Amino acid sequence: MAFYRAHVLVCGGFPCVAAGCRAVRDAIERSVREHGLEREVRVVETGCLGPCDLGPIVVVYPEGTVYARVTVSDAREIVDEHLLKGRAVKRLEYTGHLPSVSLADDKRTDYFEIQERIVLENVGLIDPDSIEEYIGRDGYHAAGVALTSMSPDEVIETIKSSGLRGRGGAAFPTGVKLGFTARAEDDQKYIICNADEGEPGTFKDRLILEGDPHKVIEGMIILGYSVGASMGYVYIRGEYYLSIERIERAIEEARKYGLLGADIFGSGFDFDIEVKKGAGAYVCGEETALIESMEGKRGEPRQKPPYPGTCGLWGKPTVVNNVETIANVPPIIRNGADWFRQFGTPTSPGTKVYTLTGDVNNKGLIEVPMGITLREVIYGVGGGIPGGRRFKMAQTGGTAGGCLSEAHLDIPMDYENLQEAGSALGSGALLIIDDSHCIVDTACILLHFFEHESCGQCTPCREGTRRLCDIFRKVGELTATEDHLKLARELAEVMQSSSLCALGQSVAVPLFTILDHYADEIKAHLEGRCPAGVCRRLPTGVDEEAYVTSHAGGGIK
Amino acid sequence: MKSLDDLKKIKERAQAMTELREGTEETRMVVGMGTCGIAAGARDTLAAVMDEVNTRNLRHIAVTQTGCIGLCEYEPIMSVTRHGEPKVTYGRVTPEKARQIIASHVVNGQVVGDLVISSK
Repeated sequence: MAFYRAHVLVCGGFPCVAAGCRAVRDAIERSVREHGLEREVRVVETGCLGPCDLGPIVVVYPEGTVYARVTVSDAREIVDEHLLKGRAVKRLEYTGHLPSVSLADDKRTDYFEIQERIVLENVGLIDPDSIEEYIGRDGYHAAGVALTSMSPDEVIETIKSSGLRGRGGAAFPTGVKLGFTARAEDDQKYIICNADEGEPGTFKDRLILEGDPHKVIEGMIILGYSVGASMGYVYIRGEYYLSIERIERAIEEARKYGLLGADIFGSGFDFDIEVKKGAGAYVCGEETALIESMEGKRGEPRQKPPYPGTCGLWGKPTVVNNVETIANVPPIIRNGADWFRQFGTPTSPGTKVYTLTGDVNNKGLIEVPMGITLREVIYGVGGGIPGGRRFKMAQTGGTAGGCLSEAHLDIPMDYENLQEAGSALGSGALLIIDDSHCIVDTACILLHFFEHESCGQCTPCREGTRRLCDIFRKVGELTATEDHLKLARELAEVMQSSSLCALGQSVAVPLFTILDHYADEIKAHLEGRCPAGVCRRLPTGVDEEAYVTSHAGGGIK
Repeated sequence: MKSLDDLKKIKERAQAMTELREGTEETRMVVGMGTCGIAAGARDTLAAVMDEVNTRNLRHIAVTQTGCIGLCEYEPIMSVTRHGEPKVTYGRVTPEKARQIIASHVVNGQVVGDLVISSK
């Protein structure tokens, strides 16, 4: 293994790719070659480094210097100055700390301490295309230990006692889920990794797959072993090109190293993984709709029970787990259940990966222990709200999650406490909205999303989402009455109890929290006034339909 | 991959790849690469350092550069800091001398006395 005196890590998460990191990487490599430094300096494309709006990001080790918003001409300067002459380019240096960048102890700050990396331990630190770098960071050790020295029951028991719960939104105890499938008797069982991440504002699974694909593969091997499944599938959104590219390459590498295929670790256990691409329907993130889609049918949810645990893909027992859940498995097996329980709270152990977006200074990918408060996330990790504006609302868990107001800033973010506040941890999207936005306008946008994504199979969801949209548009036009709101509540209640799947059922979550937490602001709209100054009465004498169409989808810019 | 031992072998080989990014270095060598240093041949010195580290397969080492420290007369300048020990700065480090410093100081902890220009 050749020694390089400097490693240049170029963030290759999709936000940075979109910002042009590939051209920057090429420019750095070209410049390195021009100076004859190619045997001294190693250029690595990594997974997401975190602060996505600062991309393209470049980190130079061993100093751990972070450069933000690097352009192609900056790239030359970094090579000329930093790599050749040893002078950091101050002009481009990002002085905030990135949790993925290792620092000497004396440089650590409170801000840094808030984050805890379990799932993201390698993301932004290793080359996702290099299986050896993953192995060098203890990769596949957990799979090796599980397959050679633990019984399947012991694996399930360890996961059970770790208290790991599903990170895709439903928070079902992972160990219990595995138990169902392990007990089911069948000649063929399946593991499905649900990477159909459809919740608006969520892109954590995408970045986990991009940054550390081998961890997901390792987790799937362990899960497969624990329930006796010999085949795994990664069901992934078709437009996640980079994730697909990286996971497919990783699967190939793992096969080459004998980590997938027959007789893994000489244990007699066979396992292989295939990637299935979805077409990007929101409802296909629902596990039974996902399975239908995999079977080549229209992506519509199934009646439950039976649950996939006993009757899933092709009618066989199937474990469907979220990417982040699976990525938690190798560290748990490696370090034990007690180690995992030291993070987070007793009922929600571990960490949670969030994608922090909206009106907050540090947008991007973060991983924090369960149970820290919204305030710590927004004002600590997130660096506060831009322009000194006031916090208005945080929506946790994506569009189907609840909206929390200022009064909730100090509740601990874990499954129980958020549920009590009428919200949910959900998929890990954290949308922060400041006081320049109107709550009714925001609600319109949310409801429009549900209307658009409803698959149309069941009536409550198909019709309900449309009517709710109409009602809130009226509120936004300042022409609604108290009766409209009553009707909205009733509709949402019916949808909650009678929709076939979580899509229709969960519309009530954001809706009720908005109605409850922002009652005054909504009341003002009934009185013909929008406190945020966003909503206006429909002018008289205009073509109503044309006016509404031209204003539809406005709102959060 | 037929056993845990196979995995361990790869791991040992692979760990060196990411070590540099984890801040676990025990020895840091800094070569002066200001204009004066480069003019005095610091590029060759640095290349020799890299080569020596590679041939000896040294681990937990960081090799970095710095600008002019004001002693242009003594360039190429190289300093060695072993964990918990004072920083030792050497002057007029030719490639041969760099190899000598690595063999003696970095590997065996013996400061090369006649090349030292400062030690604190």
